[in-house]
Amino acid sequence: MEKFYQIWKRFGQNFQEGGKLSKLSSFYDAFDTFLFTPSTTARKIGSHIHDGNDSKRTMILVVLALVPALLFGMFNVGYQHFLATGEIVKGAMTCALFWKAFAFGLLAVLPYIIVSYLVGLGIEFVVAQIKHEEVAEGFLVTGFIIPLIVPIGTPLWMVAVATAFAVIFAKEVFGGTGYNIFNVALITRAFLFFAYPTHMTGDKFVRTQGTWGWDNNQALVDGFTGATPLTQLSTAETATYTMTDTLGNPIGFWDAVNGLIPGSVGETCIWAILLGAILLLMTGVASWKTMLSIFVGGGLVAFLFNIGGVDNAAANTPWYMHLVLGGFAFGAVFMATDPVTSARTECGKWIYGFLIGAMAIVIRVLNPGYPEGMMLSILLMNAFAPLIDWCVVRVNINKRLKRA
Amino acid sequence: MALAQKTKEAFLGPLNVNNPVLVQILGICSALAVTVQLKPALVMGISVTIIVALSNVVISLIRKSIPMRIRIIVQLVVVAALVTIVSEILKAFAYDVAMQLSVYIGLIITNCILMGRLEAFAMTNNVKDSLLDGLGNGFGYAIILVIVAFVRELLGSGKLLGFQIIPDSWYVANGGCYENCGMMLMPAMALILVGCVIWAHRSINEEKK
Repeated sequence: MEKFYQIWKRFGQNFQEGGKLSKLSSFYDAFDTFLFTPSTTARKIGSHIHDGNDSKRTMILVVLALVPALLFGMFNVGYQHFLATGEIVKGAMTCALFWKAFAFGLLAVLPYIIVSYLVGLGIEFVVAQIKHEEVAEGFLVTGFIIPLIVPIGTPLWMVAVATAFAVIFAKEVFGGTGYNIFNVALITRAFLFFAYPTHMTGDKFVRTQGTWGWDNNQALVDGFTGATPLTQLSTAETATYTMTDTLGNPIGFWDAVNGLIPGSVGETCIWAILLGAILLLMTGVASWKTMLSIFVGGGLVAFLFNIGGVDNAAANTPWYMHLVLGGFAFGAVFMATDPVTSARTECGKWIYGFLIGAMAIVIRVLNPGYPEGMMLSILLMNAFAPLIDWCVVRVNINKRLKRA
Repeated sequence: MALAQKTKEAFLGPLNVNNPVLVQILGICSALAVTVQLKPALVMGISVTIIVALSNVVISLIRKSIPMRIRIIVQLVVVAALVTIVSEILKAFAYDVAMQLSVYIGLIITNCILMGRLEAFAMTNNVKDSLLDGLGNGFGYAIILVIVAFVRELLGSGKLLGFQIIPDSWYVANGGCYENCGMMLMPAMALILVGCVIWAHRSINEEKK
C-alpha cells in the first residue's frame, strides 16, 4: 500500500501548477481523497473539535445504510418477475430459486446504478473542471438513491435525462453540493413523474420484460396485475378495498413490512429500511427527530381520515398500513433527513417532519392523481424548511428579548 | 454620427444587450403561456412587434401635445385600440391561432414591454427612432418566444409548426424507445428554458466584456 501511495504521489506531480495535466487537477484530487481519505480522526484531547468527520465519510455511511434496501430490492425485483412468469409459486421457495431471483434482480438493477452514476458524476466532473473546484462528493448518495426510487421498467435513457436535469437544475445552478434547496434524487423522480407519466404509474413497478436478453418475452401467468397497493387504492371505486399482490392474494400489514410486494426497488421492505435507519441514527448522520415526527404526523393524519371525514379507499385504509406502504418509510429515513435540504433548528425538525408525514397522507387520500404523496410532500417541505428555521429562530429571539 | 449611433442603438440594442425579456425580464407571463407550440408563439411575436412599433410611432407623433398628468391613459387608449385591431384581424384571418392565443392577445395591453417603451422611449424621441425602437423590442421579444417555443414543441410534442419532426417509428407505441417529454408542455418548463437562455446570453456577453 505504501509503495502504491508513493507511485500515486509521483503521478500526482503532473497535476500540480505548471504540470502537464494541471487543468485536470480536480480529477486527481477527487481520486486522491477517494482512495486515501483524510487520515485525520477525532482527537483524544481537546474540547471543541468533536469529531474529525467530513462529508465523504458521512456520504459513505448513508450509502452503507442503503445497502440492505438495495440488496433486498434486487431480490424482490427478481421475485416479482418470476412470480409474474409463473416460475416461482408463492410459498414455495427453494435455494436455487432464491439465487435465480437475486441474479435476475441484480442484472435488472445494475444498469440503473451505472447510468445514474455515469451521468451524475460525469456532470459533476465537468462542472468541477469549469469552476476550477474540487469534485464534490454529494452525488455518491444521490446516485445510489436514484435506482432505488424509480420504477424498474423505466427506460434507461429516461433515467439519464432525468438525472442530468436534476443534477444541473436542482444542484449545480444553486452552487453545487450543500447549496441545493431540493433533494436531487427526488427531483430526478419528480422529473420522470411529470415528464413521462405513462412510465411512472402504478403498473410499471414489476419488471415483466427480461433483462440482458434473459427471460425476454415470457408469457405472464393468468390474472397478473402489476399495480402497486397504493395505485390500487387510488383507483379503487369502492369505499373499502382490500389491496392485493400481483396475483390477487390480499396484502396484510406483515406482507407490507416484509416487502415482497410490487414497488420501487428500495422502498418495499421495512426491515431493510429499519437496518439502514439504525445505522444512520447510531452514527448520528440522520436526525431521529425528523424521522419520528414524520411517522407521528403521517400516523395521526391517517388516523383522523380513518375516523371520518372522507370516505374513499385510501382514507379507510388503517393508519398503520399507510406508514408501511409505498415510499413512506424510505422517504422518511433516507430522503427527508437529508441534512442539506431539511430544517436545521432542532425545533424546526419536529415541525418539518410532522408536516411531511401529514402532507404525504393528505395527498394520498385526497388526490387520486398522485397515488404516492411522499415525493411531493418532501419536495414541498424542502421549499419551506428555510422558512420554518427562520420562524423558529425569530420566536427564540423574541422569547429571549422578553426575558431580558 | 452621434445621431446615427443612437438610431442604430435603438434598433439593435433590444435585440441583444438590452433584450426586453432576457435583460429587463419583461413580458415573461406571455412567454410562458403561448410557447407550447411554435405557431402561436410566432403569431404572438409578430403581433407584439406590430403593436409596439405602431404605438411607439403614434405616441411619438403626439408626444408634445399629451398633457403629462394623463399620459398613461392616453398611452393605454392607443395601445388598446391597436390591440383590438390586431385581435379582430387575427380572428378574421387566422381563427385557429386566435383561439389558441385566447386571452393573451387581449393581454398584450398589459404587457410591460409596451408601456415601458412608450414611457421610456417614445415620449422623448422622434418618430423614426421610436419606430426602430419598437421594432427592435418587438423582435427581441419574438426571438425569445421562438427559441423557447422551438424547444418546447420539438421535445414536448415532437413537432415543429405542426409537422412531425421526430419519426413516428421512434415512439414506444410503434416499437421504438422514444417518448415525448411531458414536462415541456408545462409552464414551469418554459420558465426553466427562459432561464437557460438568460444563462447563455449572460455568459456570452460577459466573455465579450
